[in-house]
This record gives sequence, structure tokens and C-alpha cells, in this order.
Amino acid sequence: MSDRLTVSKTYKLYLGGAFPRSESGRTYPVTDARGRFLANAAQASRKDVREAVVAARAAFGKWSRATAYNRGQVLYRVAEMLEGRREQFCAEVAAGEGVPAKRAAALVDAAIDRWVWYAGWTDKVATVLGAANPVAGPYFSFSLPEPTGVVGVLAPQGSSLLGLVSVLAPVIATGNTAVVVTSQDRPLPAVTLAEVLATSDVPGGVVNVLTGHTAELAPWLAAHADVNAVDLVGAPQELRAELERAAAGSVKRVLRSAEPDWTAEPGITRLRAFLETKTVWHPMGV
Amino acid sequence: MSDVQTTAAPPEFADATRDDTALRRFLHGLPGVDQVGVEQRAAGLATRSIKKDSKLWAIDTAISMVDLTTLEGADTEGKVRSLCAKARRPDPDFPDVPQVGAVCVYPDMVATAVKALDGADIGIASVATAFPSGRSSLSIKLEDTRMAVEAGATEIDMVIDRGAFLSGKYMRVFEEIRAVKAACGSAHLKVILETGELATYDNVRRASWLALLAGGDFIKTSTGKVSPAATLPVTHVMLQAVHDWHAATGEHRGVKPAGGIRTTKDAIRYLVAVHEVAGPAWLDPHLFRFGASSLLNDLLMQRRTQLAGHYSGPDYVTVD
Repeated sequence: MSDRLTVSKTYKLYLGGAFPRSESGRTYPVTDARGRFLANAAQASRKDVREAVVAARAAFGKWSRATAYNRGQVLYRVAEMLEGRREQFCAEVAAGEGVPAKRAAALVDAAIDRWVWYAGWTDKVATVLGAANPVAGPYFSFSLPEPTGVVGVLAPQGSSLLGLVSVLAPVIATGNTAVVVTSQDRPLPAVTLAEVLATSDVPGGVVNVLTGHTAELAPWLAAHADVNAVDLVGAPQELRAELERAAAGSVKRVLRSAEPDWTAEPGITRLRAFLETKTVWHPMGV
Repeated sequence: MSDVQTTAAPPEFADATRDDTALRRFLHGLPGVDQVGVEQRAAGLATRSIKKDSKLWAIDTAISMVDLTTLEGADTEGKVRSLCAKARRPDPDFPDVPQVGAVCVYPDMVATAVKALDGADIGIASVATAFPSGRSSLSIKLEDTRMAVEAGATEIDMVIDRGAFLSGKYMRVFEEIRAVKAACGSAHLKVILETGELATYDNVRRASWLALLAGGDFIKTSTGKVSPAATLPVTHVMLQAVHDWHAATGEHRGVKPAGGIRTTKDAIRYLVAVHEVAGPAWLDPHLFRFGASSLLNDLLMQRRTQLAGHYSGPDYVTVD
């Protein structure tokens, strides 16, 4: 029997529910923690950012109007799919982050559990962050959290799966759509996560995944007038001030936290970060 | 042709419209369209890259060529008035944005548009002749046209009788266009071929020549109510027809693709086709128009992107 030639995977972008190559045709080599070649990943350009934002905007209406219950079910389904790809994630995390297999498995399990945790939040967030306000007058007054829109996410550079899940899940759980720029040097688990999303029930365009050079893509995302908020957690330190200035140009919400310990209990900071509060006054007794 | 007549058709064309048989012989004698060739050429020209200053020029030119259109059953006077306000000043933040070519409405909305565009150098186009199907008697179609012209329309967009055309009654279509042209008076006549229903490029070429022979000032691809609407290859065939008409008679006739052109990228592809197929003379709002509504917003967003250096979004242009 002849030796079998392994079929290696082409890592592509995830835009609007499809897996295109970069518009620019560029790729860049991805290595493991010790510098050995793993794969070529697509190197997205500013035009891919533009296409991703268009896709995210198009998906926003339907996703934000879906009932919280429905969004929760969709996200649980993603967790099921993640579980099915556990081995693949373990291998990619172990190679990319240079951790032993046992530690990688723990990180992947934590990521899946984190996803389930956020899936549970979809129909609880309005109860926790909303309110029936006491007002001096014959009115009912309610405050309700609403998704802010298209959120640009610069994913953590170090934690390629757990960190990514921890920043992405809260964005889409509350009904936003996301454009994610993955970890520059460890993008492979993100592309596999995109495949999971594509085969679960998440509508195309709700999550868009771009691999490439963060410093090249981040300024375009931060300045884009049709992006409503940016999460700068994976931004290079020296770029942060510039990115915040660019984001201020179109009055974006900016989440500027430093990288936390991703294995710790996350709290609802990230859920709260990309919500607007709508207050409704309704006449009483009419 | 050295001695070009600009008013009447040259003798060979006058002969072609003598009777039904002659017209049929002329239209079927037109060279066939090479389908693969025209599609390949359209796709090839569409890959041209237009950047920086040229792009800004193309965007402004395209804006000046837009026939800002609303043809809905739900149109109200208020909607027409806001459309006219947008036609006058497409982007209030940038007063240097050119005005659009015309607004295009149903005949009963012409009076509202005339009032709203008073004093502006913007055409008022009205569809007529039982738009969009064209299924009515000639007298009603003519009355429809007169109503729009009397209300103040400066351009009339008529539809041809596709049923008659497809069953080979070319003379009937020809005479109908003639009659509508006469009813238009001084208003410009755009003849809608509805290419989506003509099935072949050969038919598009024949219908284009038929409309040009009958005196249409513009040939327009579609009503926008039938899919496919305007496509690049079809527009190529029509641009070729006006180019050939100019070569034969010295007259400039216009082309208007309508329907399905929504992005700046599409619009620029059409402008490249205009330049390459018809000629630079046609890069003029008097000879080339876009029938569109959402295209204008995309042009304005792209214009802002070019000037600001970052991508713009739909929050910065009006919703219509």
C-alpha cells in the first residue's frame, strides 16, 4: 500500500456566511509556539473589513429582532457543535499556544462552558439590566437594554480560543452582530470556530471572522462609520490611543479593558458593554 | 457619410419603415449579436480599476446622471416632495455635490414634482403608456402621455408593447412609438424595451433600432419591475446601437439602464462601458442616465469615503 498524502486544510475568511479568500489574494504563514510552520492563513485587507461590515449590517436586523429565547437556542446549538469538534480544537490550541495536551483540553472545555454560560444569558439580560422605573406621575416607565449594532472585535492575541469565545459570545448573545479580527499569530482556532458557526444555526453575517495583521485592519475597523462599537482588547498597545481617536470620530462605544485572566469568572461587563438603554413612558390607566 | 442629415432619417432608413415587410427585413437583416463575445467584453471592461481622482469624477458624473425614481403604488405627495428635495441637494453636508439628472414619477405625481422642483434645472420624467405592462389601448396610452406632458413633465418614459414585438408585429410597435412621440410635443421620449422580457440579445438589438427609427430620444433597458432588469451586456448592445445610429445619421441618442444598479461599483462599470462602446460624448447626463433610487445613497456614501479617508455608513445619508 502506498503512503497516503495528507490533505491539508485551506484556512479562509468567514464573511456573510461564506468562506472566501482575502480580496487581496494574500496569505501569511502561521507557525506553532516553537516557530514550526502550521498553515497559511488568509491575510485580510481593508476591503475585506468593508465587506465584513456590510455583511454584519445586513444581518443585524434579523438577529437583533429574534427573540431572546431563539438566540439562546441558536447559541446552545453552537456549543453542541463545539463539543463535536473538541479534538480538533485541542490540537489547534495545543499547537498554537504551546501548551501541553491536558492544559489545551482544559482550555477548550472552559471555552465550551463559557459559550453555554453566555447562551443562558440571552433571555436574562433584560431582567438584570432592564428596570421598571419609579416615576412621579401617572406613567409606567420601563428601561430596556437593546443591542447597539455592529461591533468590531479585536480578539485577544494570546488566548486563541477561550479568549475569543469570551469576547465574541457576549457580543452576539445580546443581539449585536460582530466583525472579529482574530489573534494575528494564532488564528487557526478562530477559523475552525467559524466553521462551527457556519454549520450551526447562526445566520450568515452575524459573525464575520477576519485573519490577518491586526495593526493593518484595526484602524479601518475603528474608523468605519457603520460600526457602532469596538472592543480593543486585542489591539497592540502602541495603537490604542490612535484607535480610540478614530473611533471617537463616529462616536463609537469603545471597550478598552486590558486582557484579563480568561479562565476567571467573566461577570456581565462584556454583556453590558454593547447595549443601549431604551426608556419607554406609557400612560397609566388609559 | 459626408453629408449628414440631422433632422430626418437618411433614405435607407426611411425605406426600412415604409411598410411591415420592409421593417421586418431591415430588423432581421441587422447583424446577430455574438452572445459569448458581448458577455466576455462586458465582463472584461468591468474589471477596470478606477481610483482616486478618477473615481471622484466618476461618482460626481454618475450622480448627475441619476434619474431619481419612485414608482410605487404607495407613493404619496410627501414622498415625491422629499425625493425632489434630495434631487436638488443630494448631500446637505456637501453643497458641491451635483444635482441629479431628473426625478422620475408616475403621471399623477408630475404636478407635485413640478412644484417642488420649481426653478431648479432638473428634468421631470414621468412614466406613461400603461406602465409597466403596456397592456392597454393606444388611445389610453396617448391620453396617459398627454396627461403627464400637460402636468409639466419634460421627459416621458414609455413602454413598448412587448407582446406585439415578440409576435413580430414590428410595425404596430413602430407606429405606437411614433404616436407617443407626437403626443410628447417638446418633451423627450425614452423608450423602455424591457429587455428582461425580450429573451435574446438579437431581440434587444432589433428593439433598439426599432425605437431609434421611430424617433425615441433615449432607449431604456427596463421598467425595474421585471427581473432581470438592466445588465451590462444588454447595455453594451444598446450602446452599440446608439453609436451606430450616430455613425449613420450624425444624431446623438441616449441610453438609460434602469433597475438593479445599486452600487457605485456597478455605476462605474456602466460608465466604463459608455466610454468604450458608445464614446466619450455619451458621458453626459443628456445622453446617459441611470434609472435608480438606492444607487444615489451608495454614490453619496462612496463620495464621503473618498473625501474622509474612512468608510461611511447608511446612517449618514437619508432613508428613502
